[in-house]
Amino acid sequence: MTAMTLFEKVWRAHEVAAETPDTPAVLYVDLHLTHEVTSPQAFSVLRDRGLPVRRRDRTLATLDHSTPTDSGQIFGGLPIRLESARKQVEQLERNTSEFGVELIGLRSDRRGIVHIIGPELGATQPGKTIVCGDSHTSTHGAFGALAFGIGTTEVGHVLATQCLLQRKPRTLAINVAGRLAPGVSAKDLVLAIIGKVGVSGGTGHVIEYRGEAIRSLSMDERMTVCNMSIEAGARAGMVAPDETTCAYLKGRPRAPAGEAWEAAVEAWRQLPSDPGARFDREVELEAGAVEPMVTYGTNPGMVVPISGRIPESGGEVFRKALAYMGFEPGQPVAGKAVDVVFVGSCTNARLSDLREVARILRGRTVARGVKMLVVPGSQQVKKEAEAEGLHKVFLAAGADWRESGCSMCLGMNGDTVAPGKYSVSTSNRNFEGRQGVGARTLLASPATAAASAVTGRVTDPRELVP
Amino acid sequence: MEPIVRLRSRTVVMPSTDIDTDQIIPARFLTTTTREGLGKALFADWRYDSDGNPRPDFILNRPESQGCAILVAGRNVGCGSSREHAPWALADYGFRAVISTQIADIFSNNALKNGLLPIVVDEATHAWLLANPGAEIAIDLETRSLALPDGRTVAFPLEDFARYCLMNGVDELGYLLSKVPDIERYERAHGK
Repeated sequence: MTAMTLFEKVWRAHEVAAETPDTPAVLYVDLHLTHEVTSPQAFSVLRDRGLPVRRRDRTLATLDHSTPTDSGQIFGGLPIRLESARKQVEQLERNTSEFGVELIGLRSDRRGIVHIIGPELGATQPGKTIVCGDSHTSTHGAFGALAFGIGTTEVGHVLATQCLLQRKPRTLAINVAGRLAPGVSAKDLVLAIIGKVGVSGGTGHVIEYRGEAIRSLSMDERMTVCNMSIEAGARAGMVAPDETTCAYLKGRPRAPAGEAWEAAVEAWRQLPSDPGARFDREVELEAGAVEPMVTYGTNPGMVVPISGRIPESGGEVFRKALAYMGFEPGQPVAGKAVDVVFVGSCTNARLSDLREVARILRGRTVARGVKMLVVPGSQQVKKEAEAEGLHKVFLAAGADWRESGCSMCLGMNGDTVAPGKYSVSTSNRNFEGRQGVGARTLLASPATAAASAVTGRVTDPRELVP
Repeated sequence: MEPIVRLRSRTVVMPSTDIDTDQIIPARFLTTTTREGLGKALFADWRYDSDGNPRPDFILNRPESQGCAILVAGRNVGCGSSREHAPWALADYGFRAVISTQIADIFSNNALKNGLLPIVVDEATHAWLLANPGAEIAIDLETRSLALPDGRTVAFPLEDFARYCLMNGVDELGYLLSKVPDIERYERAHGK
């Protein structure tokens, strides 16, 4: 038998019908995650055509994108201030009730960003196909699942048939040798990868992250890396399951238990790419050379080491990005005064991220004039962080501590950065206007965000905490 | 979906590379629960000033851009978010095709499902299109080619099934529903 990649194995196991020159593959979906923003029009299609949801047991809905993070609007009896957001929340509540789909609702203690709660519940598992109407579905690939974002029409396809029509993507191996240096995070690694591959380098491909550096990452860190695969143009990023994966999943509410657990682990052991499996492309990276990274432009590929300088020259897009960001060619990014620091999003709002932020904030305060927002990725993360007293560190430092949600990652829920202001953000996109009209976003790790909040300037966290 | 076989129109050129879906339709417009009416918010932050007035220098606001159904964009158009609101906004505005040297995967998929043609051309053709805004070109799905005003025709790739659906106005959901017996068989065989 020919050696197969992890991707190939998961793909083949889900072919209801293989692709032919005339027709795409019919690919079975094990888990369909859905949320309030990209589903309303899909439920409307079902309603118009008189179709039920085919597999309600494989569909899970929650509210995260347009929901406020202010406690008063979630638990305090206040209405959701943005009327259009309130309507969208009510629409998903109606749709899930009408079609019998499980909704992890607004006040549930299991609610959170869809890509944080899937793994947290243990619903995300190796070898599964997972889709969601959200491009950061790539996050779930950290478990060795094939997980990718889809559009709303496809959300309707999956609701109605549990399947998608797909052409088979190509494969891209990203081999990361060595170990990350102390003080350098998974976020820095993935920003370095995007800087190397480019924002369209992964288009048409599924990435498999491989090598010693990837194997030594925790699940939280692997999720951070896979999350940003789409920022390199790849719809999916995967990491082969191993002991770290099993240890994370064991005992989670929706993970297999008892005998089923043993059988599942045995099946998962078969998933890693076979020795000698061929990838369509391979890219090599040395982890030890990666430094804390920060973006300076308007896409995640415009990134430099924090000790570095913005390039001296570039094309029209480079010039336009610098004009938008208010930067000069050749300028160092470190030292730039910041207005807002955002810790949150499906990229970096898990417990380990918040611990890292607290490690730097402990005994320090947020600089005068800087607004800092810490938004846990889920209500469970919030609870666990509070059990450790992390929230006290954030509050004592002068940061805001909120309910979970997508928040300031995308300006559609009331949390925004004002025009022209600089934001150091642990999120995934620094596109023009992403955090609010005219907002200037610098993507960085949780540690860099925290250090920048303390000094009020873009700061290498290794200067504060060795 | 309306069948589409041929399309003839002048082009609008936006040469920037990496035009992301947050630019095509900013997130604050995603709180809608329908597909309609997004055309007015297309490229909102480039198209209007902070008071909501059209910026006269933005390409879509110029007189020569009116009535154009083909958008020629820089490499990697449609990157970023999976929001189908991006092709909805483009189509609602009146675009029927987007041409580039590279089009982001999810955007391309979404475009096909809304009768918006994602057309990938070679560098030389792209360079010509960028240099000749407003050129009238003809796109033919039958022959998978586009005709330039100087008489040249250029082939472009378009996957067979997507092409069939576009040309016949077939919606993919109908096709998938016809596969339900296969889906049931798969579920039984795999214990799903």
